[in-house]
Amino acid sequence: MSKFKKKKDGGLPAINTASLPDIVFMLLFFFMVATVMRDNSLMIENRLPSASEVEKLEHKNLVMYIYVGKPSSSYKKKYGTEARIQLNDKFAEVSDIAAFIASERATKREEEIPFLITSLKVDKKANMGLIGDIKQELRKVNALKINYASIKGDVSRNK
Amino acid sequence: MAKRAAPEVNAGSMADIAFLLLIFFLVTTTMEKDSGISRKLPPIVDDTPDVVIKQKNIFTVLLNGKDQLLVEEEIMELKNLRAAAVEFLDNAGGTDKDGNKCDYCQGKKDPRSSDHPDKAIISLKNERKTSYGTYISVQNELVAAYNVLRNRRALAIGPQRGYRDMNFLQMQKNYKDVNWVGNKTKLKELIDQIKKEYPQKLSEVQ
Repeated sequence: MSKFKKKKDGGLPAINTASLPDIVFMLLFFFMVATVMRDNSLMIENRLPSASEVEKLEHKNLVMYIYVGKPSSSYKKKYGTEARIQLNDKFAEVSDIAAFIASERATKREEEIPFLITSLKVDKKANMGLIGDIKQELRKVNALKINYASIKGDVSRNK
Repeated sequence: MAKRAAPEVNAGSMADIAFLLLIFFLVTTTMEKDSGISRKLPPIVDDTPDVVIKQKNIFTVLLNGKDQLLVEEEIMELKNLRAAAVEFLDNAGGTDKDGNKCDYCQGKKDPRSSDHPDKAIISLKNERKTSYGTYISVQNELVAAYNVLRNRRALAIGPQRGYRDMNFLQMQKNYKDVNWVGNKTKLKELIDQIKKEYPQKLSEVQ
């Protein structure tokens, strides 16, 4: 009986935490490898439409993003409630797109330029008028490969 | 003089530092992969030669400002669009530009509908007030119609070329997959052939 009593009076032994940094570093390296840097913070509402026939976009560094949607609640006062274009953390007009494409192309190597894709991340509530203008502008600067960003899902959720 | 043992570095705060870095990366990075419907815009050409296309070879899809769908001058529900587009593309009522009949089509051969998948054009028109969500739904259904036909064709001729039980989308996926074992040049030939047999001719009217 004395055997059991002996253990009790020592109190709880401290848990060895020497391997905790290793575990955390492992997690850290996983996230460093598996993720990419967030490059834009959104100032607009951006609920993408769903589509069933989506293709994945490879090569994230060859994609240019154009965001369209209503200004989010903190910007509503200044920019109104009509859908706006966002390029690189700024609200922009349709006429700014040509300059945006040119500056994006300038940052890429020359042989990469024909493979650039413009991804249109458009809120599903936006009107096609604005999208038509954007497409016309993209045609003018010869950025013809586009991708309508959408989530894999059923089209009935686009209502 | 006796060598003194190096004092041990206190590593107790290592975990805290690592946690800090971890949280930084969790906040500043994203994991999502972009996906979407890929399209190619037509280039701006100054002098477009006038090509006369027979009305029966054009499948007109109109989307008005109230998100209503008008297909070939008839109001249609979105869920019926895919089947209607497949029927139009696969009709094969005549011959292609070289005078060949479409021997792989299974359509009704209606002389009032399209002649050949090679000639069939889907024309999509929308108004400025159309909502983007509906537009994407329609685009999706039209792309799906092409995929239905291409998948069917792939399953029909795939086994002869040694690609059993593989539809068109899987072929494309395998072609891009680095780890896929198989003859990629032959697969590419097959993909190109199917693409040529059912070319995606989707024009958008501004």
